[in-house]
Amino acid sequence: MNTLHTITVIINGQSYEREVEPRLLLSDFIRHEIGLTGTHVGCEHGVCGACTILFDDEPVRSCIMFAVQANGHTIMTIEGLTPDASEENLHPLQASFREAHGLQCGFCTGGFLMTLLPFLQENPNPSEQDIREAISGNICRCTGYQHIVDAVKIAAAKMEGQ
Amino acid sequence: MKPPPFEYFAPTTLDDALDYMADYGDEAKPLAGGQSLIPTMNFRLAQPEVLVDLNGLAELAYIRPAAGGGVSIGAMTRQRSVERSPLVAEQAPLIHETMPYIAHPQIRNRGTFGGNLAHTDPASELPAVATALNARFRAQSRSGQRWLTADEFFVDLFTTALEPEELLVEIVIPPLPAQTGYAFREISRRHGDYALVGVAATVTLDNNGRCEAARLVYLSVGDKPVEAVQATAALIGQKLTAEAIDDAAEIAAAQDIDPPGDIHASVTYRRHLAKVLAKQVLAKATARAKQE
Repeated sequence: MNTLHTITVIINGQSYEREVEPRLLLSDFIRHEIGLTGTHVGCEHGVCGACTILFDDEPVRSCIMFAVQANGHTIMTIEGLTPDASEENLHPLQASFREAHGLQCGFCTGGFLMTLLPFLQENPNPSEQDIREAISGNICRCTGYQHIVDAVKIAAAKMEGQ
Repeated sequence: MKPPPFEYFAPTTLDDALDYMADYGDEAKPLAGGQSLIPTMNFRLAQPEVLVDLNGLAELAYIRPAAGGGVSIGAMTRQRSVERSPLVAEQAPLIHETMPYIAHPQIRNRGTFGGNLAHTDPASELPAVATALNARFRAQSRSGQRWLTADEFFVDLFTTALEPEELLVEIVIPPLPAQTGYAFREISRRHGDYALVGVAATVTLDNNGRCEAARLVYLSVGDKPVEAVQATAALIGQKLTAEAIDDAAEIAAAQDIDPPGDIHASVTYRRHLAKVLAKQVLAKATARAKQE
């Protein structure tokens, strides 16, 4: 039952090879095996969106996938957004969240950003309705969402200028 | 909140997947998008001994014109691909209209069309829509294949007619008849949540503008998709005036359904929603049928 499977996964541009039990959730793999703790685990049943990552460039919830399923695939986590982790090089999305107070405790923020990155690439000029629909799968208990929506509008303007 | 141990197989061909299903039978669960199965396993409500991961079966991920019209969708096609498919928008506009109601984009990126149908959640949109559209389901096992209608396929709460060794491999959505309109609506507390009540409708008009055929299929009011047959029977041969639609909606809510009451919505409220939504979808479907 506990047969280990060897998987190779590219995370934030780096290739990792690990042995995993089939039941290991992808979120736990990313946090505990790889040590990338920016991917947060909130509800662990696919409702809150805190664990959102990009799986082959599409946002998915990493708590309802198994690590073994990531074999041969490419993942980007929140750490990939600012590879050198420096304040000067914040991604426009991150800078906008800071500017608009799009977070308080920050627990949900990584999930929001990973949801929003491909959204803004596909929709450079989103309406407020578009934004609210895009983030409908991410729960924030602090902000009431208004500042997040504001942050996305600022980010859209910044990213379009690039 | 961690799943129990299981044996994992990741076949890359349908034949191999069917072999695993045949070998492990009742012990095995096919893993499609996993957007319902994995949460259920995290809660340990499901504890399958064996998972047969179908995500490597590229041969089951396709959307193409069906022989004889309509569209043919491979069971492992991601919901997001169905949502974005111009062919689905053209050939099965009711499906196209319904897709955004299913959960959230992150879920639709991973969730599959066939997985959703085979899961047969009574609160899920696609079983109701597939019923309204007379979808046909192709089930395959090592010993052969068979076709099922929606009525045959959806058996009960989370239960389909699939045998333990069978996989749902393809869904065919037939084309809408001429002068047919369609509509889908649902009410949920938050966008993407499970619907309190939802309903899909199709309306076909004859050359005199009278109702020749109509389907009205509900979700979230029973153990599986519930078709309002008395309501639609009352529409046949009628001019679809606001009054006729009101009467049919009344029949649907009062006689055709027996909705559950829970903390999210009482029986009375679900009946109320059923009536209001029926009016809306029948009116919209009628208007669209007239434009045809």
